[in-house]
Amino acid sequence: MTNQELTIVSLYPRDMNIYGDRGNVLGLTRRAEAHGFAPRVVEVNPGDPLPSDIDIVVGGGGQDSGQGRVARDLAVRADEIRALASDGVPMLMICGLYQLFGHRFVTYTGEELTGIGVLDVETLGGTERMIGNIVLETEEFGEIVGYENHSGSTHLGPGSRPLGRVVQGAGNAPDAGVEGARTANVIGSYLHGSLLPKNPAISDFLIGEAARRRYGSFTPRAGESETVRRARESSKRRPR
Amino acid sequence: MRDVLSAVIGKTVRQVARLRGGGSALPGLVIEKLDPGFLGRVLGRLPYGVVAISGTNGKTTTTKMVVELLESRGLRVFTNRTGSNFSRGVVAAAIQEGDLRGRLHADIAVLELDEAHAMYFIDRVRPRFTLLLNVLRDQLDRFGEIDATARLLQRIADATTEGLVVNREDRLVAEIGERTRQRAALAAGSAAGGSAAAPEVREFGLSPALRAMFPSDDEFHVSGPSEGGGSVSETDSVTHAPAAPSTADVTLLEVGDHAARFAMDGVEYGTTLKLEGLYNTFNAASALALVRQILAAGPIAPGVTTAVTASNDELVTALAEVRPAFGRGEQLVLDGQPLELVLVKNPAGFRLGLASFDATGVAAMIAINDQYADGRDMSWLWDVDFTSLAESGVDTVAGTRAWDMALRLEHDAVVVGHVAESLREALTTFRERTMGRPRRIYCTYTAMLELRKVLAELTDVEDVW
Repeated sequence: MTNQELTIVSLYPRDMNIYGDRGNVLGLTRRAEAHGFAPRVVEVNPGDPLPSDIDIVVGGGGQDSGQGRVARDLAVRADEIRALASDGVPMLMICGLYQLFGHRFVTYTGEELTGIGVLDVETLGGTERMIGNIVLETEEFGEIVGYENHSGSTHLGPGSRPLGRVVQGAGNAPDAGVEGARTANVIGSYLHGSLLPKNPAISDFLIGEAARRRYGSFTPRAGESETVRRARESSKRRPR
Repeated sequence: MRDVLSAVIGKTVRQVARLRGGGSALPGLVIEKLDPGFLGRVLGRLPYGVVAISGTNGKTTTTKMVVELLESRGLRVFTNRTGSNFSRGVVAAAIQEGDLRGRLHADIAVLELDEAHAMYFIDRVRPRFTLLLNVLRDQLDRFGEIDATARLLQRIADATTEGLVVNREDRLVAEIGERTRQRAALAAGSAAGGSAAAPEVREFGLSPALRAMFPSDDEFHVSGPSEGGGSVSETDSVTHAPAAPSTADVTLLEVGDHAARFAMDGVEYGTTLKLEGLYNTFNAASALALVRQILAAGPIAPGVTTAVTASNDELVTALAEVRPAFGRGEQLVLDGQPLELVLVKNPAGFRLGLASFDATGVAAMIAINDQYADGRDMSWLWDVDFTSLAESGVDTVAGTRAWDMALRLEHDAVVVGHVAESLREALTTFRERTMGRPRRIYCTYTAMLELRKVLAELTDVEDVW
């Protein structure tokens, strides 16, 4: 039996690649293989067409200079991405694209970048940088470990719920107490480190939703990894 | 009188600090508090002025090259040799090497400026010459974003009075050179108005054939993880410098095993090198360009100080003798076999480290710490492709974040023999498991310091402090 294909779109890898976002694509790919799928990664940069058979979309953070270019390109394909999201396509957006998947991002200097509103969040640029190891508690994914590094304060509207409760660290905003946002199968978060290799439960969610949507069912096959367990443990032990 | 007082106090604090076994920056800290103008006054008297070297990667080795090239021409050079690249370290070194009148016995100062502390320094001292090497993602949790680092380097360039040397192949640094050149053109246009002059800009660069060997962070991400299986869409290649490439003052044409060929003034110069690795060889081009600019400009007061000259041949001959700085491709001998220490502190450095040293036949260890000086964020490990190690594997993985490194290697299908967070334990195991083979250890900054300490008990290690 040939392995079932899963098409993973890596959104704007050229402009939004800071802080090891590549690790999320790699982590997801390896995990999908472990579950018995044949993942196919398609890179979509500004101006590139989206493939027709998208199963999962992953995007990362960027430098200020890339963010404007990406915001303009995102505006052009906003309807297309919103349609995919409401159709249940699982997505993971980190940092810069988390912000642009919300309604708007107002920079510290008052400049406004319009987002595509897939997540019911908006972000205000601040002067305080939230940096360090972070641990979240979630019902669906258990404990999430990662690293945050952002100065934007993100606020959730009623259409999104947080990804998790902050156990150690800052989260969406200084003293927010919560981190990330979820609407349908779309997850936004500031966490990198990279997020997916150390939190396979989130990869499993993305892969499971994608498989059920395309093939009608999902049978998990990937096992527990001792290396993952030890890496999670050591990052929880380290100072912020 | 003030200088005498500061110098005496500084020297006394240094004695006390030494007795306590304290760090080298303490006397600097005391003098900075008592006499904030000390640094500017002491360095301001040097006949050739102050030279600043900044950028994310390669500052230490490049500073060493520039110092030794200038010394080979008979100049007395003051530098922050001990690796304390902060202003306090500079003040401390000035106290240590200066006389009781607070005068330095030097013709020129060549200083490595850490991006994080450069602003503090240039508020007190304006460099006469500046060399900007690169802006790479490095310890982002310390410095914030790359664009912010580029802005810091721009401010160093703006504070520079006479000469600026930039890397033509690094987009952000090349742009700083371009802006400075435009400012110079503007200043020349309104010369009658007496507007501030901008420094003369020179570039160092690579031949087109070599550019492919030095992928920038931008380019690395274009291809993405193609090993994931299936087809990956091809994206356009990213261009290096935005505009048409300007003519570089020094161009690195070819790199061989401990050898290189440079172009200067339309002539090619081949030489052997004691330096290791692609990166150091490229930085040698930057050192040549900077020294050529300094010698062409001559002393600030030509009537008072005799000018020093050098032919390109003489510079290249001196370059051949420069040895790598501490931890930058350092070679030790352990159990009768070579042991190389390769410092890796950011993705570009790690990628070049892997590209510079052949993995075949060498036992490898990787030591990753996440102390403050290393950067706490482990995300950067995911921006390095480790597939070149897949064939030979990695014998030992160590450090506070050994398991993050092991997880990273697992994702690139690199087999790992042994994982231990304790560096001492890891080194013992590594040694036992790899007897009779040449060894190489890739390590972050604090891991290198700790490993050198342990290695010093086993073999000869040069004392750098």
